[in-house]
Amino acid sequence: MALATTVAPPGVFSGSANVIAVGVLLLEFGMFRQALLRDQVRLYAAQSALISVLAVVVAAARHLPDLYVLAGLSFALKVVIVPVVLRRLLRGLGARGEGPGWTDIAGSGSLSLANTVLLAIGVAAFGVFSIAALGLRSPVLPGTALSISVAVILVAFVLMITRRDVASQAIGFFSLENGVSLTSLVVAAGMPLILEIAFLFDLLVAAVVFGLLIRVHHGRADSLSTAELTSLRG
Amino acid sequence: MLLILTLPLAATVVCCWAPERARALVTVVTGLACLGLVAALAAAAAHRDLAYHGILRADALSAVFLLATGFLYAAVAVYSVGYLGHGRTSTRYSRRFWTGLNIFAWAMLAAPLMNSLALLWIAVEVTTVISALLVAIEDTDGAAEAAWKYVLIASAGLGLALLATIFAYYAGAQLLGQHYDLAFSQIMLVAGRLPHAPVQLAFVLAVLGYGTKMGLFPVHTWLPDAHSEAPTPVSALLSGALLATCFYAILRYYQVASSALGPRFPRDVLLVFGVASLLLAALYLFGQRDIKRMLAYSSVEHMGILAIGVSFGAPIALAGVLLHVLAHAAAKGNAFMGAGVLVHKFGTKRLAAMRGGLDVLPWSGPLFLLAILALGAMPPFGIFRSEFEIVEGGFGSSSTVTAAILIIGVTVAFFGLAATVNQILLVPRTPPVRPPAVPAPALAAAARADGAVPAGTPEPARNAAAGPAAVPRGEPSAWMVVPVVAGALVLLVLGVHPPADLTGLLARAVRELSGVR
Repeated sequence: MALATTVAPPGVFSGSANVIAVGVLLLEFGMFRQALLRDQVRLYAAQSALISVLAVVVAAARHLPDLYVLAGLSFALKVVIVPVVLRRLLRGLGARGEGPGWTDIAGSGSLSLANTVLLAIGVAAFGVFSIAALGLRSPVLPGTALSISVAVILVAFVLMITRRDVASQAIGFFSLENGVSLTSLVVAAGMPLILEIAFLFDLLVAAVVFGLLIRVHHGRADSLSTAELTSLRG
Repeated sequence: MLLILTLPLAATVVCCWAPERARALVTVVTGLACLGLVAALAAAAAHRDLAYHGILRADALSAVFLLATGFLYAAVAVYSVGYLGHGRTSTRYSRRFWTGLNIFAWAMLAAPLMNSLALLWIAVEVTTVISALLVAIEDTDGAAEAAWKYVLIASAGLGLALLATIFAYYAGAQLLGQHYDLAFSQIMLVAGRLPHAPVQLAFVLAVLGYGTKMGLFPVHTWLPDAHSEAPTPVSALLSGALLATCFYAILRYYQVASSALGPRFPRDVLLVFGVASLLLAALYLFGQRDIKRMLAYSSVEHMGILAIGVSFGAPIALAGVLLHVLAHAAAKGNAFMGAGVLVHKFGTKRLAAMRGGLDVLPWSGPLFLLAILALGAMPPFGIFRSEFEIVEGGFGSSSTVTAAILIIGVTVAFFGLAATVNQILLVPRTPPVRPPAVPAPALAAAARADGAVPAGTPEPARNAAAGPAAVPRGEPSAWMVVPVVAGALVLLVLGVHPPADLTGLLARAVRELSGVR
């Protein structure tokens, strides 16, 4: 077969980039079974940290000094500020007698865990293969990372759809944005810094609004579940 | 151009601190000033493209959408004075409302002025988060639910739109180098040579992403909830201006895609979404129980018409589409504002409880009827002209089947609307307690409705709260009538004889859209 001769073994750089991208995807899967709100936010922070690391790796390997700044900013914002904002806004939510941040959101899935994971694997595989079929080439990162980033986005959709609590849905949206950041690292690493900063700032505003609306919801429904949100239909 | 962007921001800041009356005054003045500025800008854009340091850019296409937003901003600002002037509002509520209204209008005015596709995305995202807070402002169970669904679905959709932005960057970077900033004027220069796969991907993602906010079929589900639960002035802005702004974003991608891929592909994509939205919304218009939900489905229907119109591609259909954007803004604004008066008068949004509107509301009743007739594309109004042009374009470009579907859908939708509105306005009330006519307050109210005396005097119809059956005749506030009259006049002008400047503007925008420069 010609395959053996054409496919070169990946170098250190593309190998580590792929490992990080896969790590992001695995963390996304981890969010499916997280039972506590605080840990859910932590998983998100870890995922964001991985993406910042990837930005540093790319910056070092490809000599793009802008990306160092971007990595630093996205670390500060996504790993520190957004989780802190979310945790502060969500402090004290949940049933009485539980400590802050220990709000139980287990069992809010509309499918069983195994089914959800199977569904997510199917969706992720679809994302990987359909992007591979398009044949986009990146000057900066291996194409595998692009496929994986699209898989992350699709799995984030599964997360938002199957979990029935407002916190997981919000985290699902933020990790969707992480997937998009990963994509932009692969295909748009040279994007001007000012735009990236604007995107990050926008994310911060969105985080505050999501937090406020979660509070409003909790204030009215006295829970984080969306099972009650059925009055508007038709 | 800069003034358009700075004025609403300044108004926002003022509204954070200023006292109650000043807030309303500042907003009304800002709204009217913005309308004037936008009109001046549109007059200039009819002849040449305007640019400011490569960041801001206005051509005829953006001017059309700016006109729609600017008009609604002014109308809604005036209307809100009457809307908030009725007790029930606390200082906190009114501060949030006015601040939110100004910043929401600012973001919607900013979006069409942005030269960069990335900044356009940011402006649209800002409109999402601000309007979600405005939807939640009512602090009821329904509002909380609607706001949550809205922010989640729209944000997820905009996530896809961001992906589209990034793929558009990728496509452009192949030709323009890594450091270009997604400037629309730059990307159009090389659009003919862009690689196909990423542009296709970007266009489909953009239609899906921005289409979520525009209310296209499979992803429209947030729309009726948000429109029905938001305060009425916000509903009018959401429906008339926000949906149009998102349509503007799609049109920008359409321009890029049709010069990169040829017109076939983007038109087919829009056709599928448009037909699905039109048919679904037309069917949903029957059997609605909530007046604002009904109007929301009418918005979905009209957005479907817009998408179909673009998919025809003939110049006259495109001119019809752009005229439709303007006419729909005026008509839907009027309908929501009229509905707001009805809701206020009857104290409920349930259609079943509203009867005899024409007897009770001497001004708003007939105006609401006119707005609905306009929405249903009855002849003397703007929407008739625009839909006529779209259909004509459809037959002209041999999309006969689609044009036929369009006509059927529009007719079905009209019957749905007309049947319901007939019941609200014309079927007489049959209450056990029919209060004797209240001539004095009615006369006073009618006099003020003429605009002779500014509102602010104690409302004679306040005693309406006595019982649900006793709804005396009279308008709640002249502030809530004047903008609707203005809207009806605009509709009439658009329908009977659009001014020459406007047709020039539209013709230029059509040339931009169809790629002939």
